[in-house]
Amino acid sequence: MTTTTANTTPLDVAAVRADFPILSRTVRDGKPLVYLDSGATSQRPVQVLDAERRFLETCNAAVHRGAHQLAEEATDAYEGARAKIADFVGATPGELVFTKNATEGINLVAYAMSNAATADDGAERFVVGPGDEIVVTEMEHHANLVPWQQLCQRTGATLRWFPVTAEGRLDLSGIDELITERTKVVAFAHQSNVLGTVNPVDALVRKAREVGALVLLDACQSVPHFPVNFRELDVDFAVFSGHKMLAPSGIGVLYGRRELLEAMPPFLTGGSMIELVRMEGSTFAPPPQKFEAGVPMTSQAVGLGAAVDYLNAIGMDRVAAHEHQLVERALNGLKEIPGVRIIGPPDTVDRGATVAFVVDGVHPHDAGQVLDSLGIAVRVGHHCAWPLHRSCGIPATVRATFYLYNELSEVDALVNGVREAQRFFGVA
Amino acid sequence: MYQEIILDHYKNPHGRGLREPYDAESFQVNPTCGDEVTLRLKVTDGKVADVSYEGQGCSISQASTSVLTDLVTGHTIDEALSTMDAFVELMQGRGSVEPDEDVLEDGVAFAGVAKYPARVKCALLGWMAFKDALARTSNEVEA
Repeated sequence: MTTTTANTTPLDVAAVRADFPILSRTVRDGKPLVYLDSGATSQRPVQVLDAERRFLETCNAAVHRGAHQLAEEATDAYEGARAKIADFVGATPGELVFTKNATEGINLVAYAMSNAATADDGAERFVVGPGDEIVVTEMEHHANLVPWQQLCQRTGATLRWFPVTAEGRLDLSGIDELITERTKVVAFAHQSNVLGTVNPVDALVRKAREVGALVLLDACQSVPHFPVNFRELDVDFAVFSGHKMLAPSGIGVLYGRRELLEAMPPFLTGGSMIELVRMEGSTFAPPPQKFEAGVPMTSQAVGLGAAVDYLNAIGMDRVAAHEHQLVERALNGLKEIPGVRIIGPPDTVDRGATVAFVVDGVHPHDAGQVLDSLGIAVRVGHHCAWPLHRSCGIPATVRATFYLYNELSEVDALVNGVREAQRFFGVA
Repeated sequence: MYQEIILDHYKNPHGRGLREPYDAESFQVNPTCGDEVTLRLKVTDGKVADVSYEGQGCSISQASTSVLTDLVTGHTIDEALSTMDAFVELMQGRGSVEPDEDVLEDGVAFAGVAKYPARVKCALLGWMAFKDALARTSNEVEA
């Protein structure tokens, strides 16, 4: 285990960048790549790529089945990764379910809840139906919205949501009317994938506890970027994706408090997740296996474990401090450009390193195209948060997202690129 | 990819605005970016009498719809469909299709867009609305 005693020293960006081969490539006729789209997916360091390859070259086998040496070693690597990742977010290994991605984790809970009505004793607390309410927010990624819409449609429950203020923060003024005795689940993003807003988990958890509702936290944009401890946050469920935190795609995590995972019925069923199978019926393995039907993704889990090692060696405090610098520079630089409007909090208080903006007279697609021609990769569109954009009265935004490997000079490149887009379209 | 012709159509779009009368209307949206267009079509004696539209979107989607109105208005349905096929072929050619200026006129300016797969949908948004509206008019004629 790497210790993180040097957390007060600034992160050595040049040293970090050397671990990411892709960052040294050029794009669009020799322009150095400026990768500002880590909020969509992050790049992977050689340490993660090597870990995956090492696993595949030395001990690849189907885990949790077979008694040969490779199967043993593969299972150890898989479960070792689980333990590391659990520790990283303040959980125990038994509380950490591997999924394909965060989206699958949320669907797992939503479908387990619809299965609860016909499940064995003990699952009553997951049953939802007419008269019950699910509460989300207007700033959710579609992944934390559509599964709940669908759960409501299947069960007759009602979906309600917190609005967003003009500054891009959750409007909690109606919290007592929104989270009530009828509320079964409160699901929200830890950090908005568009606005960068870090939401007040404590206030929402406190209110949910008062009424006995379950809390699910979408931690996709928080776990990769600052220290997060699910036990301290006191949430019931949480999800995040590997590919947004230096790890492979195809691996995600669902965290659930142990007692809840024990009582919750399964979503996908089949091999691996059983205890006893007879033709007449089956019983299930304890969690997390109960939620991991079929041969799981293995080298990807090992890769996520390696990503956690990598982030631990640097220290999440230092990652967060570095990103804070980047977003501060970006906000200051963009605010100075006439005609640029930041969609989200204008300051760095309770705000992560995601900056969405619009440029008057230049459609986000066109701004993104000009930036791309300069080698700057940003995301344009609604970023899977269409209702949020609608509530802001805009069809789309340009979004820059920063990570530990980004340099201040890349922020400056973005700001200059936006000015260039304005010049090109004749609005500056 | 941003040819002067494209920027001209973007800044001064032809035929923009929704007009009456019309035989069919189509609303198309690009789900990846939220761009949208509403297009109305009036057909008289087998010819495209009017194409009117309103929408929000990037320069490529707006300019391409503007070019569309120039290319199809006053032409027979068959001619319009054949022009559409030529434009779709150009856009899906990843830059390998040599456009015929006699057929596509200002539309040839979009040849460069075809090299950017993410933008092809933008260029085709208005055309998909036209195709859909056309299908709706023929349905109504048959009905």
